Amino acid sequence: MPRVGWLRVPLIVTYAFLYLPIAVLVVMSFNASKTPFTWTGFSTRWYGELFSNELIREGFVNTMIVAIGATVLATILGTLLAIGVARYFRSSIVEAYSLAPAIIPDLALAIGLLALFGLLGVTLSLVSVLLSHVVFGMAFVAAVVIARLGQTDASLEEASRDLGAGAVTTFARITLPSLAPAIVAGALLVFTLSLDEFVVAYFTDGPNTPTLPIVIYSMVRFGVTPEINALAALLLLVSFTIVLSAQRITRLTDAV
Amino acid sequence: MTSPDGRTSGRGASRRRALSARAVFAGPGLLYATLFMTLPLLLILVYSFFTRGRFGGVVWEFTLDNYGRAFEPVYVKVFGTSIAIAAATTVLALLLGYPTAYAITRLSPRWRTVALILVVLPFWTNFLIRTYAWIILLNSEGPVNTALVDLGIIGAPLGLLYTPGAVIVGLLYAYLPLVVLPVYASLERVDRQLVEAASNLGASRTRAFFDVTLPLTLPGAMIGAIFVFVPSLGNFVVPELLGGGKTVMVGNLIRDQFLEARDWPFGSVIALFVVALLVVLFALQAYISRRINGRQVSRA
Amino acid sequence: MTSLLRIDHVSKAYGSTQALDDVSIDIRPNEFFALLGPSGCGKTTLLRSIAGFEDPDAGSITVTDASGGQTDLLVLPPNRRPVNLMFQSYALFPHMNVRRNVAYGLEREGLSKDEIAARVDEVLATVGLADRAKARPAQLSGGQRQRVALARAIVKRPRLLLLDEPLSALDRKVRAEMQLELKRLQHEVGITFVVVTHDQEEAMSMADRIAVMHHGRVQQIDDPVTLYSRPANVFVADFIGSGTLIPGIAEGAGLSALGRVLPCHAPAPVAGPAVVMLRPESTHLTSIDDASRLLDGTVVETHFYGGSTITSVRVSGLQPPVVVRTAGAPRHSVGEQVGISWAPADAVLLAADDGTLAADPGAAV
Repeated sequence: MPRVGWLRVPLIVTYAFLYLPIAVLVVMSFNASKTPFTWTGFSTRWYGELFSNELIREGFVNTMIVAIGATVLATILGTLLAIGVARYFRSSIVEAYSLAPAIIPDLALAIGLLALFGLLGVTLSLVSVLLSHVVFGMAFVAAVVIARLGQTDASLEEASRDLGAGAVTTFARITLPSLAPAIVAGALLVFTLSLDEFVVAYFTDGPNTPTLPIVIYSMVRFGVTPEINALAALLLLVSFTIVLSAQRITRLTDAV
Repeated sequence: MTSPDGRTSGRGASRRRALSARAVFAGPGLLYATLFMTLPLLLILVYSFFTRGRFGGVVWEFTLDNYGRAFEPVYVKVFGTSIAIAAATTVLALLLGYPTAYAITRLSPRWRTVALILVVLPFWTNFLIRTYAWIILLNSEGPVNTALVDLGIIGAPLGLLYTPGAVIVGLLYAYLPLVVLPVYASLERVDRQLVEAASNLGASRTRAFFDVTLPLTLPGAMIGAIFVFVPSLGNFVVPELLGGGKTVMVGNLIRDQFLEARDWPFGSVIALFVVALLVVLFALQAYISRRINGRQVSRA
Repeated sequence: MTSLLRIDHVSKAYGSTQALDDVSIDIRPNEFFALLGPSGCGKTTLLRSIAGFEDPDAGSITVTDASGGQTDLLVLPPNRRPVNLMFQSYALFPHMNVRRNVAYGLEREGLSKDEIAARVDEVLATVGLADRAKARPAQLSGGQRQRVALARAIVKRPRLLLLDEPLSALDRKVRAEMQLELKRLQHEVGITFVVVTHDQEEAMSMADRIAVMHHGRVQQIDDPVTLYSRPANVFVADFIGSGTLIPGIAEGAGLSALGRVLPCHAPAPVAGPAVVMLRPESTHLTSIDDASRLLDGTVVETHFYGGSTITSVRVSGLQPPVVVRTAGAPRHSVGEQVGISWAPADAVLLAADDGTLAADPGAAV
């Protein structure tokens, strides 16, 4: 039997550290008090105020536009890229290059993109945010799909091609179906990532179309309001649901 | 296929097919990464050698002044503070993350999966929200202070928020999962028989851990350390929200140069420093990893 | 002779699987002992119990120390046990060079630097790796790694060296070489070797005595020749060497089968369902009308192996053919009618109902 013993200590400390703040946020979101620190009674008042907050609603719509668009593009590009890298290149340098956008410091990427859009004369808007999110989103999808490709048998595809099927037929009939879980999981991850992404959006977004994280940033920057607690609780719920379903679909831990 | 030498032509055709398959599958993604990652980074490199424009952007006059400015005492001090805070965060993350990863490897397979998911889960949630949680927690009226006062540990609420300590806690909270995962992966790869061998040769459990497990998981721990250290340097949200702007870090500097001071070339120089650091640290990690596994032929 | 290692009624279960079932073995000083059996027979569990990486549920394992006292191994943690183990994968520390790997165990004993250096040099010379002392394991060949693993274990001068499938990771040619090498080293260093293996040729050629294990139980402990010529039960007879098993009913000193009584030798009294075991080289071919023949059959196959020929003879009423080894080139052609005979002393009569093969009717007939 595994002996854990004193190793319980770091486990407890780590999980308490990771989850207590989240728990406090969720509890406080049902606090009737106007200050978000002291508990005065149960209330769903802040959820109501949240839904009537024009800024937040607008930010939410903007974020959904970006997240859905970025997810579609990143999933297509990332899947193709993964197959190309894992099946046709088999080069660790090309693979590292494909996954690099996920590792590059977000701030460096953000200012680089700002400079690029400036140079090209692109007006900053939701489109520029979307295009920027695709960069690292694509790398995350590629990572998940490459991990999956590593587990599946390349000889199936080779057999198909050997039997006379072209690359396109092989892709549609053999490769794609076996990759479907990984692709869906990758898409879900990109969606959460884009939904929550702040730094790159902050630099590449236009002033009149703030995404939800940008709205949150400006709100918490100028003080705490109980509405944020309610919003936080909802966002946590959304992220947890999406990531857990991605995990159910494929083993997320393999890819991260 | 009209060529008299059908074999050569066939092989040429199959190579062409392979090339076109590469182009079809990997082409768009690689092109996209080049356009929206490599090009922007190169642009920063280029900008760092030119003169600042009045309202952002650059004037195409070559200069090395931007690099010289980075050595002015005021910036050296920011670098010093940032590195100290990022290093403290990294050390804490290793001290907490390594034993956690180790403990997870000792769980039953079922609980291991649950434990890993629980580690990753916060990482995939909104970063601002996670940082905001600490504003509430560390506030003078917040739960931490209330609990400490109620327990009689302290007489009056402490000024926890807006201190370097709060910044470290916030960064640790943001990046701790990034230590646990690579350390866990490298612990899983350590051959259990190696630890048994050490024990068979007379090493106690502790001794076997320090002689075998720790050195062999060093590359994984280094990956984790890099994943904490570099983003900590580049983070401007935590120093702003939890440090109250009193603690200026490299990330704040870059942000301010681009969005407030409008000095893109100088901001580029600092950003390049962060990217270069990442590359150097990864190279160092690869070197140490090769040395530990003994794959590099030593000149004996 | 007093035993060096006494394994006494040791049992170990994993859930419902009985890995070790009341195992008792005495291993003598300076012996080359082999634990032989198919995979899953419990031999590795036994080895790991001796080394301290498994805790038996019942029984005791004691070792006689140099002064003649008895040490109970099971109460000691693995790092305090006076036995060393050579792992199947060798388990060389990849981050240490050959010298540091070998010195590791001596450093744990707290010996002086000079003594460690001297003993490491000595043992590296013994295994012929003095010139590779600074190499990392990754830079060595399979045979060289095996020598390092061996050196690392014997440098501690244990009373008992356990070797887990020591040759399985090597290719055929190196394996034959290392077989001799192990035997030579065992003589040279005077350490008791206990080898776990699934390869009977390996066990037969190296070991002084062999314990054959199956389903967590010891089937027989004997020297190789006795194991081969006088197997204790059907499992051992079938597992060791090749030959033919003829099922029937024990009748006095013979076996009633195929409508006659076959003469044989019963090492232990047998009654009821029984099997007679014929070894290929103790079985002879005669002409079809020879009066001394015991069975009639048709040649179905002949294989010439240079020095000898294996002839398979189909006997009506017997599922597998009778296998006969004769010296020189084939003397019979396929389809020829031949007689089969043997000396009664060479045919061993064994009880069929010992729960090993009888449980699996397809194997015996």
